[in-house]
Order: sequence, then C-alpha cells, then structure tokens
Amino acid sequence: MNVELLLQLVVNGLILGTLYGVVAMCFTLIYKASQVVNFAQGEFLLIGAWVCWWLLTEFQLPFYAGFLLTLVFMMVFGIVLQVLVLRPMIGEPVISVIMVTIGLSIFFQAIMKWLFGVFTQPFPPIFPIRSVDIFGLNVQPAYLMSMVISLLIMAGFAWFFKYSRLGLAMRATAFNQQVAQSLGISVKQMFAVSWAISAMVSALAGVVFGIVNGVSPALSFFGIKVFPAVILGGLDSIVGAVVGGLIIGVLENLAEYVDGQWLNLGNLYAIAPFYALVLILMIKPYGLFGTEKIERL
Amino acid sequence: MAQALTRCGDFKTSYRADTTIFPSARSRAFALVGVALLIAAPLQIGGFSVLSDYWITLLIQIGYLAIAALGLNVLVGFTGQISLGHSAFFGFGAFASAYLNNTYGVPVFFSIPLAALWTTAVGLIVGIPAGRIKGLYLAIATLASQFILQDFFARADWFTGGSSGSLAAPFAVFGYQISGDRQYFYVVLAYLVVMYLLAANLMRSRDGRALVAVRDHYLSAEVMGVNLTKYRVLSFGISSFFAGIGGALYAHYLQYVSVEAFDILLSIQFLGMVIIGGLGSIMGSLLGTIFMVLLPEAMSWAVNILRATDWGNVPSIVNGLAFLKQAAIGLAIVLFLIFEPDGLAHRWRQIKAYWKLYPFSY
Repeated sequence: MNVELLLQLVVNGLILGTLYGVVAMCFTLIYKASQVVNFAQGEFLLIGAWVCWWLLTEFQLPFYAGFLLTLVFMMVFGIVLQVLVLRPMIGEPVISVIMVTIGLSIFFQAIMKWLFGVFTQPFPPIFPIRSVDIFGLNVQPAYLMSMVISLLIMAGFAWFFKYSRLGLAMRATAFNQQVAQSLGISVKQMFAVSWAISAMVSALAGVVFGIVNGVSPALSFFGIKVFPAVILGGLDSIVGAVVGGLIIGVLENLAEYVDGQWLNLGNLYAIAPFYALVLILMIKPYGLFGTEKIERL
Repeated sequence: MAQALTRCGDFKTSYRADTTIFPSARSRAFALVGVALLIAAPLQIGGFSVLSDYWITLLIQIGYLAIAALGLNVLVGFTGQISLGHSAFFGFGAFASAYLNNTYGVPVFFSIPLAALWTTAVGLIVGIPAGRIKGLYLAIATLASQFILQDFFARADWFTGGSSGSLAAPFAVFGYQISGDRQYFYVVLAYLVVMYLLAANLMRSRDGRALVAVRDHYLSAEVMGVNLTKYRVLSFGISSFFAGIGGALYAHYLQYVSVEAFDILLSIQFLGMVIIGGLGSIMGSLLGTIFMVLLPEAMSWAVNILRATDWGNVPSIVNGLAFLKQAAIGLAIVLFLIFEPDGLAHRWRQIKAYWKLYPFSY
C-alpha cells in the first residue's frame, strides 16, 4: 500500500470531481428546465476553452478581459443555439431531441478541430508558481482555483435558485410549464436562460481545465464523463449532480490506484465510470436523488 | 406510418393482399429492375466496364453499412429504443467472423452467419438493461456499452489481435475463391437482398407487429399480451444480428480489421443514416445509407472541382476536408431533424404521390 499516492489520487479525484460536478450541474440545469438531454455539453467546454485561448494568444488580452469576453460569447452562443436548434424540437420525441444534440456535438467537435487543430495548446501561464504544497501533497494553483471557483459556482447556484426572481421562475418552469406560463413566466425565455447559464458555466469549467492541462479536442470527453455523474446523482437533481461528480471523480482515481497497484490492466481509469454507470442503471436507474417516475394504469 | 398512396380503384380484398411487401405489382417490378441493374453494375465486357472501380467500392460500402443500418432501424425506428452502441456490434461481427475463420478454420461462407449469431448473443446481453429502462436512460446505457465493448476490443488480444488488429481471409464459396471487388460485390448484394427481405417479412409477422406496438404505446401493448421485456431485449438481438452480418461483410471485404474503426462516431453515423433515411422505414435505411456514404464523397468532388479554379484552392478547406466532412454529417443530422424529421423515405413518398395524383394534387 502506498498511502501517499492514494491520498494524492483522492485529492486529485476530489478536485476533478468538483469540475465534473459543475459540468453535471449545467447538464442537469438544461435537463430540468427544458427536458433536453444535452449530449453537446462537452462541446460547451471545448468551445469556451478554445475561444478564451484564442483571445489570450491572438490578441494578447489580459486574462480577466479575455475570460469575461468568453463568458459573454458563450451566453450569446447558448441563447442562439436554443432559439435556432432546440426550439423547433419542442414536442418532438425523445429520440429526436437526443439526436439533435448528438448531431450538434459532432458538428462543433469537427468545426473546432478544423479551426484550431487537433494538438494540445498550452494556456499562457496565469499563475507564477507551478504547485502549492498542502499537507505534503502537490496541488497545482489552477486546480486550487478550480476548486474555489467550483464551490463558488455551487454556492451561487444555490443562492440563485433559492432567492433570485429569475431562479424561482426557472424552478417554477421546471416544476410545471403550464402553471408557470399561467403565472406570467415566459417559458421560452426560461429555456433560453437555462441554456445561456449552462453554456457560460461549462465554458468556465473548460477554461479552468484548459489552464491546467492545455486545450485540446479531448476536452469534449467531459460531456460523456458527465453521464455517470448525473445518472448516479439522479438526472433531475442539482445536488445529486454535485455529489455524483465528486463520487465519479474519486472513483476514477481509485480505479487507477487499484489498477496500478494490483491489477495492471491498464486504462481502467477511463472505463471504470462506465461500468459504474451500467451498474447504477441496473440497480437504481433514478439515481441517489432523482425523482422516481412511477407508471400506473 | 403513412401507407404509400395507391391508385383510385386499387382495392385490397384480403388481409393477405394488404400485407404484401410491395404495395403494387409495379413497385415489385421496380425493385426487381433495380436489383437487375445492380447485377449488371460490376460487369466488364472487353475493355468496357459498366461502373468504375471507385463506384464499385462505394456500392460495396453502401451495401454492408445498409445492412447494419437496417438492424438499427429495427431497434430505433420500429421498437422505439435508442442505441448509441451500434458500431460496437458492427465491430464485434467483424472480429468474430475473422476470429472463427482464423482460429477454428470455419469457412468464410459459414463464419459470417455464425459471427452474426455470436453478435446476437452479445446484443441480447447488452440489451438486458432495456427490459428495465427506456428513453434517454437507455441511450446512456448503450453509450456505456459502446465504451465498454471498445475497451474490450483493445484489450482482448486473443480475439481481436489488440492494437495490431486482425487479418480476415477473403470470401470463398465451397472452394471457389472470390477475387477482387467486382466479384465480392455480388456477395454483398446477395446479403443485402436477403437481409432486406428478411426485415420486410419480419415486420409482417406477429413479432414485427409486437415491436411496433411496443414503440407506439408500450402500456397498451403490454395489456394486449405483448411481453415487453421479451420484445425489448429481442429487438436488441435482431439489430445486433444485422450489425453482425454487416460487420462480417466489412471484415472480409477489407481483409483487415482494426480496433480503432468502431468508435462512437460510427455509431452516430449509423443513427444518422436511420434518421436521414426515415425512422421505421425499410427502404429508408437504404436511402439514408446512400446519403451518408455519398455526402462526404460529394464534398470531395466539390473540392476537387473547386481546386481547379483559382479561388477554390483555399488551404484551410483542402487540408481540413476530413473535419468538414465530419461537420457536414453532424449538420445533416440536425437539419434533417428540424426540417424533415420523417426522412428521405417520406420525401420519396411525397414525390411519388405528386406524380400519381398529377395534375390534381387533392
């Protein structure tokens, strides 16, 4: 047993897990508000990270300016996507809606590869130091920042949905669209807002991940990794998304530890979440916190 | 599912006549003529060949992909379940046929159907969650199975040859060795016709109608005595059987199977074929496959033509063509779902209806 390695991996897992949690939260937000399963969530991260990278390297903008511009761009992008593509799909069968987002996902993936290439590009350095020492464990400052930002986002979401007028309107829409509409809430607007927020926050996660590991097309894999997290937490639970993300992040790294120490299968790191996913679906398809749909005749 | 319009006065007097594969004698004649033309396609008389080698490869490609796409249409279009792991089954069929032939010396003629049966078994296992979950949960479960199977391909050296891939012997019928694409074309064509007739007949049987009932209203179907779990899992089995045949044909055509070929993108392409062709339409699967194979080719042609002119030779387009092709596939799926959700088969019916009712369209 290598305790230090195990501890390091668990910390890594928790940090990565918070990022998964944030992306899962964005995914859940869209699903809750507009009943769309967004297979293009990973591309939001990808686009956000590339746009930010492009602004920083091409125009030499300072980080905060480039970052803010990226967020504005992603907001517009999310709204345009919802209005142009997802709005015509309202009322279509689940399969069609899923397929539209899958189509979008491979479209954006290809376009991003076409525009920016397939190679990993490092972000311009933002922090002067390479790593911080916390209780004898090496933690990169960007990871620390990501953890802090993720926690801030989670707190922000909690506040937003509990106290702000817009957040309450969105919750009402998620609860029952017809009732929300009769109370004077514009359901269409709520859909667009949920896409905008989701795109913005995902882009933020993409930028944070890009700062640590560089920007590459592999970022879009986040969108697929997010499924084990949301299914584990329950598809329509924001708290569940966070918890699911943390568990999957830790699980991944534990799988790597077990693999490296005893099994030596290789690649267990990447595949373990999917085994977990199938297991969860077989045992408890509605996850830890999801609402169970009971069908009666 | 809208029936094809028939002429005024063309009445059906028995259920038997109403459930024929072809709605009229003329449509059957058209199909026969189509097959006859395809039989003539690879002929070479003297120095003259009906179609160039390039077109023969495209047609073969359409053939084996169309068989797999048909299987997916049984699952998605007829049973209303979604599978994001179809390319894994396609790949499993390819590896299984090569493995049976290489390791046990099963002749290729038999290894293709045997591989398909093996794939069916795998499909039934993967389909077990379908008995419990549906809709997007099922989509996610099949997505997981895609990654798990892909991981298995990369891992199982004994079965797939690991990263070096596995070799597949060329097709042979009882000692007669098939050589060249032009002869292999007939093998694919024979399988294509048989599989399409099989699917069309399946949909006329009790089992086929049960699948459609599960799609249209599963609660009513269960009340009427359709065993939901059985048919949901069974449709996975049927779809992987078709995928297995398609994959095995692919393996013996290329004679080399690589682990990387069966990724999620191919699964999405299969779904694209089914959606662009038309969900729940047998002919639609073929039309969708033709579209999906020809779309990237058409882009290459267009770029080649443009390159001759001086304003078309943009390096970003010429070098990035592979990415643009992928983007076009994604865009085609999105545009079809927004503007023509019933697919090419529906468009085809409308064209037919226009000419049948001409000049009075009402």
